[in-house]
Formats: sequence, C-alpha cells, structure tokens
Amino acid sequence: MTIEGAPDRAPAIHIRGARLAYGGRTVFDDLSLDLPAGRTTCLLGPSGVGKTSLLRLIAGLAPAGTRGTVESGDGASLEGRIAWMAQTDLLLPWLSVVENAVLGFRLRGDTPALAHARRRATDILADLGLGDRIGDRPATLSGGMRQRVALARTLVEQRPVVLMDEPFAQLDAITRLSLQDLSATWLRGRTVLLVTHDPLEAARLGHLVHVMTGSPATPGDAIVPDDVPPRPPAAPATLAIQATLLRRLADAHAGDRA
Amino acid sequence: MSVPRALVVAAGLIAAWEALVRVADLPHYILPAPSRVAAEFVGRADVLLLHGLSTAAEIVLGLSGGLVLGALTALAMVRFAAARRWGLPLLVVSQAIPVFAIAPLLVLWLGYGMASKVAMAVLVIYFPVASASYDGLRRTNPGYLDLAKVMGASPWQILLRVRLPAALPAFAAGARVAASVAPIGAVIGEWVGASSGLGYLMMQQLARGQTPLAFAALVVLASMAVALYFAVDAAMNRLTSWQPAIDGETRS
Repeated sequence: MTIEGAPDRAPAIHIRGARLAYGGRTVFDDLSLDLPAGRTTCLLGPSGVGKTSLLRLIAGLAPAGTRGTVESGDGASLEGRIAWMAQTDLLLPWLSVVENAVLGFRLRGDTPALAHARRRATDILADLGLGDRIGDRPATLSGGMRQRVALARTLVEQRPVVLMDEPFAQLDAITRLSLQDLSATWLRGRTVLLVTHDPLEAARLGHLVHVMTGSPATPGDAIVPDDVPPRPPAAPATLAIQATLLRRLADAHAGDRA
Repeated sequence: MSVPRALVVAAGLIAAWEALVRVADLPHYILPAPSRVAAEFVGRADVLLLHGLSTAAEIVLGLSGGLVLGALTALAMVRFAAARRWGLPLLVVSQAIPVFAIAPLLVLWLGYGMASKVAMAVLVIYFPVASASYDGLRRTNPGYLDLAKVMGASPWQILLRVRLPAALPAFAAGARVAASVAPIGAVIGEWVGASSGLGYLMMQQLARGQTPLAFAALVVLASMAVALYFAVDAAMNRLTSWQPAIDGETRS
C-alpha cells in the first residue's frame, strides 16, 4: 500500500524465564511462551493466574516483582512495534472520537503522518459503524461504542504486534461476537496475544490457545485447531474447541482443590 | 438557586435592614439605612469608581499571577523529582505562616502602591492553586500513562497531552477557590497601608464617621467579588466542558 500503510512483517515473540511473585506467593516462575509470527495466540485462564502480568511484560509495562526476557523472532527491538488494548477503553474524555483514534500520532508529535492517520481512522471507524460519531466526545457513547473506538485506536497504530487484555469482557454477548469478528478480520497477519477468560472467545479467535493454570502457573501445551479464525460461534468445530478448553479449565480447578 | 428567588431574598433582607434602622432609630455612623447607602452611590460615584478600579486591578493581577505561578509550580513538581523533593516541604511550611501576618512586611518591602497588594493576593491564591493542580497532575489514570508509554510518547508529550488536560478539572477547582479569596488578599493589603482602593476607602471613611460611604464601598467590593467568581466559574466550565457535570445537572 502506501509508505506507512501495511504494518511491517510481524515478528514471532519469545518469552523466557518469566517470573512473577508478590506477597510471598509465586504466581509463575521460569515460564516460557512462544507467540508465532502473524498468528493470534489466546491465553485463557482463571483470574489471578498472571495472564495480564505476562501480557504487560511484553508491552514493557511489567509490574514490580516481574522478571523475564522478551525477544522478537527477527532479533530487532520490539519498541515501537506494539499496540496495546486494555480491558477498559482508556479513551481521553477531552478528545473527540477520531482524535482518540489517532492518539498515538498525537502523543508522538508525529504531525506529518497525522493527516493520513486521521483519514485511516475515519475509514476504520466507519467500518466499525461509528462513521457518524467521529466528532463526538466519548462520554456520549455507549460502552460498546467506546470499546469499538478503542479497537479503532489500536488498529490505526498499524503495529505488527497487538496485545489485547480481555478487550471485550465488559460488553454484552452480541456486541462481543461482532467485535470479535471485526478484530479478527482487521488483525489478520499480525502477531496477536489475546488474554481472555472466555473459552468461547478463545475458541473463536485463536490460531493457538494456551490454557494457563496451576500454581505456579504454566501456559501448558497449545491447542491448535486446524481451521482459520474467526470461527462461527455456533459451529460444531468451535463448540468442540470450547468444550476442550472448558475441560482443561475444570481439570485444573479440580487439581487445585485436591 | 433561581434568580427570582435570589432577588426576593435580597429584597427581603434589605427591607428588614431598612426597617431595623428606622424602628431602632440607629445613627447613620453606626448602621446606615440602605436608602442612605444608595444615596452615596449617586453622590460619590466618582470616588467609588476610582477606588473600585484600583482594587479591581489588584485582584485581577493577583489572581492571574497566582494562577500562573501555582500551575507552574505544580508542573515543575510533577515533572522534576528535585522540584518535588525541595518544593513540597517548602509549600507546606509556607502555608503554616499566616499570610495576613506578613502583610505589613510586604508593604515595608514593596511600598504603599499596588505592588504590595498584588503580592498579597498572589500569596493567598498561590497555595490552593498549586496544591490542587499538583494533586490533579499526580492522579492521572495510570491506564492513560501505560497507553501513552506503549505508544512511544516522550515524558514531555505525556505531561502536555495527557496529564495536563486530565488535571484541568482539579486546576479549575483550585481556580474557583482562588477567585473567592483573591479579593480578601487585596483588601487586607489595602488595610495595612495604601493610598487607594476600596479597602483603603472603607478604613478612611469609618475613621471619619462616614459609615454610609464605607458601606457603599463594601457593596461595590462584594459585587466585584461575586462577578469575579461567576466569571472564573464560567471560564473553568468552558475549559472542562468535556467533563460530565458533578451534580448531575447538564451544562449549557
């Protein structure tokens, strides 16, 4: 496409020797995880297992008490190649929808690229069904709309690596399904880590799904379905994956109690 | 409070005051009747205008100076660790000194002119603005800061484009307090030593038994203070129009 149109080649990401301890409890230790290049890896697990901390470690936002190395498959630094989408939309209330979507360019003071980013943001927002709301303030939008703006902001960044931390957890079921479809389409070809506690979400969106369980937690072996996401929510194959994931979660739960 | 209701209350109070003076037959140098005070507005309009302008200038200059200094202090303390370490204790200690007690010193150092009154107003305003702004700048949603960091923003960009706008509601709260105390600073300065201003006019007229004119000066001062507060309040609402109204009422 244009000079800064498509993201540069998405690298694989390798986490080695990750450790998180707080309050005398070891959440995980010597943990390894590989995110294959250009694929969506889902990290599923119960609350408090350290999924978010692992994601933040990659994002460079590791909380105190976290250790570990994060390397890219192509050996280049990951700085400036990551987009992050949190559970809350983190929209700045004083900026309009479209200015929130191009926040990265504003914050970097990247004035030359700003006009182009605005055009792309307008296109993406229109695709997400917000074409008539781009001048509005976030406070006037519903929760689902706000999260769509956050998704648009993540996409406008055009980063090869995208980290999503339970991005759709606070949405109603129908909105969640439609946003899952949209993000799977838009994020094709990028290296994505999606942290979730929803087995159906992982079953729909993951090229690979890790179920992170135990204490200290491990990501386990990946479940690798042979078809391509996004999978239809009611398809037998999707439901079969979901059943497998639920079983693993339940086994781990039973194991914890024994 | 609705405007008609406020007017009714004011009219009632004035009528009661007038009645009290007439019934008790109070001498005008103790408590002048409202009608007598009103007469001063007509007869001494030039004097009131002259001194009113002087006080207004002190208040506006003091308020602007205090807002700018307070905001800059807060910015410096948030941005530079050294400014925080040295500035914060200084700020707290400076508040332990009653500003009014040093008013005579300000007059000694800066003279009887306008400078000592402006300095007084600045000192009174400075702390509420600095501390409110500093609080606001410190309490940025950590999620915003994380997002900005992942996006590759420099610390300056984060300060200017995230922390500063996020702190505007706190700054606005400080500015509203400042607007209500600025006239106090200026008038205290005038009481200690001045050659013009409404505070000076009041002291002078009271000493000469010209209580009605002193009351007229007081009315002008109060009107100015109220107008200033509403002007600053309106400006701050404009500045933070994106913020949902706290009391649930919608803003125009």
